[in-house]
Amino acid sequence: VIIGALSWGLGWQELSDAVAIGAIYALIAVGIGLVFGVLRLVNFAYGQLVMAGAYTLAFTSTWALWESIVTCFAVVVALSIAMELGVFRPLRGQSPAVMLVTTFAIAFLLQAIALLVDIHDGTIGEIVFSQIGALNESVNVGGVDVRKVTFVAVGTALFALLVIALLLNRTTIGLHTRAAAADFSTARLLGVRANRVISFAVVISGLLAAAVSILLVVSNPLVSPDFALHETIVVLIGVVVGGIDRLWTATLGGFTIGFASGVISALLPTDQSVYLPSVLFGLVIVVLLLRPAGLFAWGRPTTVERV
Amino acid sequence: MSRYLDAAVELLAPAVLVIAVGLVSTTVSPANEIYFLTALVSVAIVVAIYVFVGNSGVLSFGQISFVAVGAFASGVMTVPLESKQSVLTDLFPLLKNHTIGSVPSLVLAAVLGGVFALVVGLPLMRLSGLAAGIATFALLEITHNVLQQWTKIGPGATTLSLVPDTTGPLQATVGALIAIAVAFVYQRTRLGRKLRASREDPAAARAIGVDVHRQRFWAFIVSGALAGFAGALYVHMLGSITTEQVYLELTFLTLAMLVIGGTTSLAGAVIGTLAVSGLNSFLSQAEQGVHFFGAKLDFPSGTRLIVLAAVMALVLIIRPSGLTGGREVRLPRRFR
Repeated sequence: VIIGALSWGLGWQELSDAVAIGAIYALIAVGIGLVFGVLRLVNFAYGQLVMAGAYTLAFTSTWALWESIVTCFAVVVALSIAMELGVFRPLRGQSPAVMLVTTFAIAFLLQAIALLVDIHDGTIGEIVFSQIGALNESVNVGGVDVRKVTFVAVGTALFALLVIALLLNRTTIGLHTRAAAADFSTARLLGVRANRVISFAVVISGLLAAAVSILLVVSNPLVSPDFALHETIVVLIGVVVGGIDRLWTATLGGFTIGFASGVISALLPTDQSVYLPSVLFGLVIVVLLLRPAGLFAWGRPTTVERV
Repeated sequence: MSRYLDAAVELLAPAVLVIAVGLVSTTVSPANEIYFLTALVSVAIVVAIYVFVGNSGVLSFGQISFVAVGAFASGVMTVPLESKQSVLTDLFPLLKNHTIGSVPSLVLAAVLGGVFALVVGLPLMRLSGLAAGIATFALLEITHNVLQQWTKIGPGATTLSLVPDTTGPLQATVGALIAIAVAFVYQRTRLGRKLRASREDPAAARAIGVDVHRQRFWAFIVSGALAGFAGALYVHMLGSITTEQVYLELTFLTLAMLVIGGTTSLAGAVIGTLAVSGLNSFLSQAEQGVHFFGAKLDFPSGTRLIVLAAVMALVLIIRPSGLTGGREVRLPRRFR
């Protein structure tokens, strides 16, 4: 892919930017994919968790950096758990449409609350992080300017994926989670405690949302109620395109759609660049038609799909 | 006999509700009239979505694309000629040099909505489940992007204004009734029955010879035409429109109305819409201060959205099958 992209006249510059977007999107995809795995619930309100994290960072921007980051993690994880207890748990076993629309309503609710929250004298102001903002500076690697945040994003994504892979493959709770994702009712019959694996998935996805909010705030310091909304929608689409039934295909889908949007925007002529969404989503439709179970879903389907 | 009685009640219950709202809207002050008109036009939009989503059981986020196409087609074609030529200078000559009346523009919007649904439905209706939902979402994104950027077919990112605001109480009521009547006829015909059978049990429906994907395709076209028509009503109610008004927020709000009412019934679509619209209007009144049963309510601004979202979430948590439980209105047994 990289060689192909280079031969189309893409520079390393565009590629590194595309990888950075892809890495952040992959993190969001893991958060959504984990919860989907155990709950069969597409959490549309995931973006609002990221938004809440960004607001926390904005409010605590005068604090020391580590205090601010710890508070951000605490708030987002608490909100994520509250969502599971107050919303996901009563809805368990409902039809996908009802669950999805309820998370719409929750997303609306959190956005409406954020609208009332004033930052800096009545305006949702620009929050410049003196400390994190330094990550926007570029370093020169072999003739290419790469923003430091790119390294942090890619590093965080790789680290988080590694930790989650270890947790899922090497711990009992991870084994339980994988079993629950494959077949929830059978797993319960074999002694997997539903509430424990769901709480586990929800906490991890909350931690990821907090990490994403920090990474997004660096490149977009303007915190507003629709913060991360667009990203979440694109990742949700990417997750389904990749194959939502397995965590790694979902993650790869998230990365791919981020990477693809970066590459397409670099490839489009300047006067046509406003049509980036059309090209991207047109590709999405083509991929869905060719591989409806997921771009990376090889082998037999994990679940028999209801038409 | 009771079969026909059931059918009559199934059609009349939502129709009477809509007529009642239409009648009340003629008695209120002009400032409040907009709430009632919005509710009636929303009924038309949600019923259009219901024709596909409710009957097929496939969640679609794309029906607002047809509303958008209908709204902009009808809007662009009804702007008076002189103002169109001075404001919308980039338009194709065919669009720029012709103007039609409001009623033909409704027909045009319905036809365009139907044709657009036919073209995109051919590939999209081969999909099922989540893939279908996401593909329709992609359709919404593409439609929004093209409408927002291509100034040869519309106003682009600017506001389309000077559209004659011809959707009054009468037009809105009749429009909503037309949508309800079409939805009712569709779900009572062979096509509708086959599709509803496939919603309940795809395997059994196939076994009796129902081509599930073809049935969905027909519903998609009917839904697209109705959505285009509803979009035209919408633009003639507002008088001006931007692409943002027929995008994500409207998609979520109308889907929420449908699910809150009860996805699988026409009564659910209408009752859900009127309930959510009513609550929404009441809350925006309360933000400005209103007397309610003798008590003076004065909510701080911004509470409307919070309460609305909280109530929607609560209804779905407490009653996931919707206010109507997804069933049509029936007479009590002793009257049948």
